[in-house]
Order: sequence, then C-alpha cells, then structure tokens
Amino acid sequence: MNLNATLFLQLAVFLILGGFTMKFVWPPIVKALDERAKKIADGLAAAEKAKSDLALADKRAIEELRSAREKAGEIRANAERQAGEKVDEARTEAARIIAQAREAAQAEAGLAAQQARDALRDQVALLAVAGAEKILRREINPQVHADLLANLKQELQ
Amino acid sequence: MAIEHAAQGPSPGEYIRHHLTHLNNVGEKQTSIVDWWVINYDTLFYSVGLGLLSVFLLWLAARKATSGVPGRFQGSVEMLVELVADQAKGIIHSAESRLFVAPLALTVFVWIFFMNAMDLLPVDLLPMLWQQATHDPHAYMRVVPTADLSATLGMSIGVLLLCLYYNVKIKGAAGWAHELFTAPFGPHPALWPVNFLMQIIEFLAKTISHGMRLFGNMYAGELVFMLIALMGGAWAVSTTGILLAIGHVLAGTAWAIFHILIILLQAFIFMMLTLVYIGQAHEGH
Repeated sequence: MNLNATLFLQLAVFLILGGFTMKFVWPPIVKALDERAKKIADGLAAAEKAKSDLALADKRAIEELRSAREKAGEIRANAERQAGEKVDEARTEAARIIAQAREAAQAEAGLAAQQARDALRDQVALLAVAGAEKILRREINPQVHADLLANLKQELQ
Repeated sequence: MAIEHAAQGPSPGEYIRHHLTHLNNVGEKQTSIVDWWVINYDTLFYSVGLGLLSVFLLWLAARKATSGVPGRFQGSVEMLVELVADQAKGIIHSAESRLFVAPLALTVFVWIFFMNAMDLLPVDLLPMLWQQATHDPHAYMRVVPTADLSATLGMSIGVLLLCLYYNVKIKGAAGWAHELFTAPFGPHPALWPVNFLMQIIEFLAKTISHGMRLFGNMYAGELVFMLIALMGGAWAVSTTGILLAIGHVLAGTAWAIFHILIILLQAFIFMMLTLVYIGQAHEGH
C-alpha cells in the first residue's frame, strides 16, 4: 500500500483512454443504435400502414364484388325480359301468320264450296229437268218453261 | 514457484511479501508510504496494455457498427453502450457533458473489468514466466493493476479533476466559490469556514473512498488467492499434504467463482460512482 508516481501516469492513461473512446468508439455505436431504432420505428409504421391498406383494399374488393354481382343480376334480368319480349313478339307474329293463313284458307275453301255449290246447282237443275222429262215422258220446252226452271233454281239455293 | 519455494523452504510470509512487491525502477520494495520518485513498471504495463486491449475491442465493434442486423460481438458491445448511456442519461442531465463523460464511463467499466480479471489468472503464472524470461528467480511482478493503490487513486483523482472542471464550467468560478462557502449549512458568514471545510472533506472523502474501495477489494482478493496457493504449495512438505491439495482445488474454485462477481461488481461500482460524482458537480447543493 504505497503511493508513487504511477498515480500520475495512471491518471494520464485514464483521461487518454476516455478521450479515445469519446472520439472513435462512442459516436459510431450510438449513431448505429439511433439509426437502427429509427429503422425499426419506420418498419413498424410501414407494417401498420400496410395492414390498414390491406383492410381498406379488402373492403373495396367486397364492395366491387357486390356491385359486380348486382350489375350481373341486372343484366340477366334485362336479358330475360328482352328474351321474353322476343318470344312474345314471335308468338304474336306466329299467331298472326296462322290467323292469316287460316283466313286465306277459309276464304279459298268458301270460294271453292261456292263454286262447287254453283256447279252442283246447275247440275241439279239439269238433273231435275232430265228427271222431269223422264217423268213427263215428254220434252219440256226450255224456253216455255224457263220461268219454272228459274223458280226451281231459286228454291234450291 | 509456490511449490518449489515451499519445498526449498521460504516461509509463507516471504512468499506473500515477494508476491506483493512491485516491479519498479528502484528494484526493491518501496520503503516509504509515499515516494514520488518510484514508478511501478508492472502496474503501468498491465494497465496500459489492458487499456489498449479494451479500447481496441470497443473500437473493433465501433468500426463495423451498422444500423443493420448486428452480429453477436457488436450486439454485446451495443448492450454495454446502452447500459452506460442509460445510466449516464439518468445521472447527468447535461447532454454536452455526456458526450465525454458517458464514453469515459464505458472505458472505465471495460478497462477496470479487464484489470480486475487479471486476478483470475493463476497467481504464479505470469510472475514465473517473468522470472524465467529474466533468468532471475527473485524478479518481482504483480499482475493486477487495480490492486495497486497508485493506480486506483490515479483514476479517482482523474474523476476528482473532472468534478472540479465541471463545477467551474457549469456554475462558473464565482458561482462555485459561492457554493463552496454557503453550502451545505447556509449563507451566514459565520458558517463560511465550516461550509468550506465540509466541502473540502467531502471532495477528499469521495476521491479517497472511490480509489480505496476498488483497491481494497482487489488487494484482498489477490491476497486470498495467494493464501490458497500457499495451501496447495505446502502439500509436498506435509504428511497430510493431499488434503491441502484438495483444499486448494476446492477453495480456489469457490473463491474464483465468487471473485467473478466481485470483479464485475467493482468495475460497475467504479463506473457508477464516476457518473454520480460528475453528476453531483452539475447540480447545486
């Protein structure tokens, strides 16, 4: 337990080592620590932001999906309505054409029947005259009996 | 050496006295308590060497310090830096003073830890190598710089000088002089001498206890290691020697493990007191 000049040298070494650390050791380490702390803080903030962005995007996607579904439904309804209209149109058109065809056919048939009836009537008159000839065993003068025949014809109509 | 000497017959007292003598410029044990013409070469060599080692290790970490993912070495140095920086922030409220005081505290912590850790080397290892190298079986060498009062008081006086510097810097010469005479008892003129005396005693007590605490712990630790070595060394000349050898192993292990705590604790305490004393220089009474 003695004191000697080692004390002063140790004192000098003490201050010199402290000065060295102050100049070359402390600043870079503290700088690195501060920078890393900032980086971590930035990273955490970015993660937070990404999370909220994701939630937002999710919400938007759901909205988009719903609106797309609505639009699709609308389009389908429209298409169905249009198709129905088309079918109805076609049906009315078809009914019209059928009715027209039926009318035409009826008219034709009526005409044909009229003609047939007319022809038949002529022949019936002839047959009646012939029958009457045979019945009366004598010839009837068509000119004389024209009125009679005409009457008969009228009755047959 | 312990074994040889024990066999050849130097008494335990001689063994210990030899181990407690510094390698100095006069070549023998310093006789007076204070002699400013003596220099302990061994203390200087180990303290400067370990000081360079500690700042070199810190510099290694600082050189490659990046804000990216740190390696294990960088991480451990950063932990130390954070520890010291946090303590300094809590104790010294001037950011400008911290620029020097916090790095100083870090250096002191690492440096004193290394100097204390020299205690964990076998007490005879380095002295014996030194005796072999110099071909002098009586060459002196002590390897624990912190077990030299000159070294520890040198550092605590360094802290005292910093305290005086910051007292003047923060409070101004007049402000500090005013504090010296008016604190702690009051501004009454009759109290001035008492106040001044108290202040001087306070500075002396702080500085001496600061250096003495570290010195005492390390000196006692070194002494206990020597006694344990003596016990092992005596086994060859005793009939119950094998028990002494076993006792050496047990006691040496136990004391070394306990000493790990002491060397770390004393380094930490020295650092904390450095911060506290300099912090006090920043605050008025």
